Amino acid sequence: MRYLPLTGDERRQMLATIGAKSVDDLFRDVPEAARLKDAVDLPPMSGEMEVDRALSAMAAKNLPATAAPSFLGAGAYRHFVPAAVDHLIQRGEFLTAYTPYQPEISQGTLQYLFEFQTQVALITGCEVANASMYDGATACAEAVMMAGRITKRNKAVMSGALHPHYRAVAATYARFLGMTLTTPQPDWTKSEDLAGLIDAETACVVVQNPDFFGRLADRKALADACHAVGALLIVVVTEVVSLGAIRSPGAMDADIVAAEGQSLGNALNFGGPTVGLMATRQKFVRQLPGRLVGQTTDVDGRRGFVLTLSTREQHIRRDKATSNICTNSGLCALAFTIHLTMLGEEGFTRMAAVNHANAVKLAERLAGLPGIKVVNDSFFNEFTVRLPKPAAGVVETLAGKGLFAGVPVSRLLPETPGAETLLLVAVTETNTDDDMDRLIDGLKEATR
Amino acid sequence: MSAPAVTITGHRGLQHEEPLIFERDSPGMTGVDLPEPAPVNDRLGGLGRQGRIGLPGLSEPEVVRHYLRLSQKNYAIDAGMYPLGSCTMKHNPRLNEKMARLPGFAGVHPLQPVSTVQGALELIGATGHWLSVLTGMPAVAMSPAAGAHGELTGLMIIRAALEDRGDARKRVLVPESAHGTNPASAAACGYVVESIPANERGRVDLGALKAALGPDVAAFMLTNPNTCGLFESDIIEIAQAVHAAGAFFYCDGANFNAIVGRVRPADLGIDCMHINLHKTFSTPHGGGGPGSGPVVLSAALAPYAPVPYVVSDKNGFRLVESVEESDAKPFGRIKGFHGQVGMFVRALAYMMSLGSDGLRQVAEDAVLNANYLLASLKDTLSVPFEGPCMHEALFDDRFLKDTGVSTLDFAKAMIDEGFHPMTMYFPLVVHGALLMEPTETESKATLDTFIAMVRGLAERAKGGDADYFHGAPRLTPRRRLDETAAARNPILRWSPPAN
Repeated sequence: MRYLPLTGDERRQMLATIGAKSVDDLFRDVPEAARLKDAVDLPPMSGEMEVDRALSAMAAKNLPATAAPSFLGAGAYRHFVPAAVDHLIQRGEFLTAYTPYQPEISQGTLQYLFEFQTQVALITGCEVANASMYDGATACAEAVMMAGRITKRNKAVMSGALHPHYRAVAATYARFLGMTLTTPQPDWTKSEDLAGLIDAETACVVVQNPDFFGRLADRKALADACHAVGALLIVVVTEVVSLGAIRSPGAMDADIVAAEGQSLGNALNFGGPTVGLMATRQKFVRQLPGRLVGQTTDVDGRRGFVLTLSTREQHIRRDKATSNICTNSGLCALAFTIHLTMLGEEGFTRMAAVNHANAVKLAERLAGLPGIKVVNDSFFNEFTVRLPKPAAGVVETLAGKGLFAGVPVSRLLPETPGAETLLLVAVTETNTDDDMDRLIDGLKEATR
Repeated sequence: MSAPAVTITGHRGLQHEEPLIFERDSPGMTGVDLPEPAPVNDRLGGLGRQGRIGLPGLSEPEVVRHYLRLSQKNYAIDAGMYPLGSCTMKHNPRLNEKMARLPGFAGVHPLQPVSTVQGALELIGATGHWLSVLTGMPAVAMSPAAGAHGELTGLMIIRAALEDRGDARKRVLVPESAHGTNPASAAACGYVVESIPANERGRVDLGALKAALGPDVAAFMLTNPNTCGLFESDIIEIAQAVHAAGAFFYCDGANFNAIVGRVRPADLGIDCMHINLHKTFSTPHGGGGPGSGPVVLSAALAPYAPVPYVVSDKNGFRLVESVEESDAKPFGRIKGFHGQVGMFVRALAYMMSLGSDGLRQVAEDAVLNANYLLASLKDTLSVPFEGPCMHEALFDDRFLKDTGVSTLDFAKAMIDEGFHPMTMYFPLVVHGALLMEPTETESKATLDTFIAMVRGLAERAKGGDADYFHGAPRLTPRRRLDETAAARNPILRWSPPAN
């Protein structure tokens, strides 16, 4: 077998060194009844070519969004990733390294994570960021728990326009830790009065910007309302490219930012793996979950980097840790940081501008179609439209013609009255004028 | 003439000093050429960004060189043996990477209509099927993002099942040798954690466990093989005692590599176990993730698994994505979208490559390699527990007594010898622990070099050359780093130099 270097002779020599008669001897602590005599009922080993063939056939049963005109978003976005990114993350020294517990031989990982933390802090407008979380949804849930620890309060107000998966994950974490979440019904017709739901027990208010329906809002007044009663404002960002065009959460005085970083450097991967981002104020750093890289010097006085403040973490603090997280999203964070380094200030802001301009163009064209209404006043690269018939059926029909028109809101908000005719439409730098023509034609036909 | 200690550039041959990207900034430069945005009236609602972000500008060649130089400062399993106990650093086959990058997997959006993702749903189902057969457990929750996330999910499932039978329980029992994630996950699930001591054989003290079990214990969490590298030989009796108390038996599957294909956790009385795909099933650790932590479940726990999950009928595969549309009793949702699907592709490619016979051989060779290390080093180092071990060999620091050399010093000297050190100071039940897990993908020749190296270093330590160890490593891109200073005055980001 190609992954197993021991030969039969070597196995026998090694057993002799050990003083065991057979390999079964080495399993003698396993209760007799639990020792399998034969191989389990699964196929036997396969060559590389056979596995390639079988999995390629499975992959061919999908129509990937990257192979069709696509306006899918709702928390996962198709962007163009430069070739150098995937080439670099596949270097074995990055791909096959462990968590950098031995800093002398892990400076590569540690330095890129330090750079990553800095980039995340810059784009979110925060003072510090951690070395990544699993994804945006779990980062959001961890942010709520973190606010509970900082304020020593156990209530949170969750915007109804927060991504439904983020709300659901936060609700799961909160339920098991005895936190109470208050969530107004999702309402795409007007802005929410979240400040009115804050009281003296509120640990935090969680809002998304741009929100689930694509709308933008200045959260400064809400931050002030939170701070007036000692609560924190958490801002969620599901499309980080927006931060190249819009005011950062930090500039709106957010206390914690939880974001999904998939848009930079990472493939869609059917939703995972991706990379969660988390940023906050320096004064809250000891309540952050997850790993942190810090700068220091070695015995020769040279600058170097180490994992730090690990007394927050599970391997030291055990049941008193700030989180149970251990493995995070190292390689996805590397893809994120390489893509953002390639873009730089100029490329990142231009990428955001191209996304926005494409979205504006499409929104204006859709607004001109009979029976179709653009719900949003403001947006970045994603907006909500109301169709004259249920969106799920329209999307299914157009998918049959090789076109992904967007995400039906009812897929994520199945219980919300009035949502069934809403369609979320995302537009990125990858969408051509031809894509937009096809969407316009498709919607005209499917909604007739 | 010997090599110069100091060079003009600071570089040392193939080792380049590399500044931060922020110190390589050419303002206005970019490594990505994008079109001019179409002229439009913006719809940002007055929220346009004001001022610069502060990101540095680099061209593509500068970016490529930067990251290539950084990569050369990393140790990796591709470069050499990585005997980290409990981490299962095995070879990462490149076929897995190729398969995960097929556009039909990597390019699929999570919210495409299910009619267009039948292959992706089949993939999730097939991966789950392999895990289910290998563990003998009837159900599997696929969405947890990593091992610790799987632990949390498993405990939430247990708590939901207990609450459903009106049996709120408060405590979770965890052996003192457990991974730190076990007590942390139990606490994150709202439980009070109680530690169970080990006996003189390095196993759970069954008497202490029985005494601690009671009507308010929700679960006992056990790693098996345990973190001392030993199989819990009383496991059947442990399971019976846990079940007799009305509690569930959770297994931390981090060490599944030792028994895959040879022992099914279901046959040991386990109700729930997470599996680290980035350990046993060879998905790359990537410098700290992404992982994937599916949780296999007994029939009693299966109904409480979180959404989403895949079901199939005559019309093909579909996803149950919300609690409302489920006809089971899911406790909720634990992650955005559907789990670490890209890691499932890699794990499935690995499992298909090895097959039922190859996976059994994996466990055998992993255990053989670890016992070979144990047998070859037991007279050089000191051994706290009698063998045989399973997939990892545990030593303590008695062999360093009175040498002035600590376990950490010893490990740092291994670095200069071209090896990544073993896990140190874990498990906590052994003083100055050295936990070595070679995995099945190391050859005998590599193990022999490793053994000779450890013997040589031990001889050097016992010979009184403590200074050599205190100064190690010497041949690395950086020498020992001041971790105390890093924690006392945390510098967590680059800042522009003050003028």
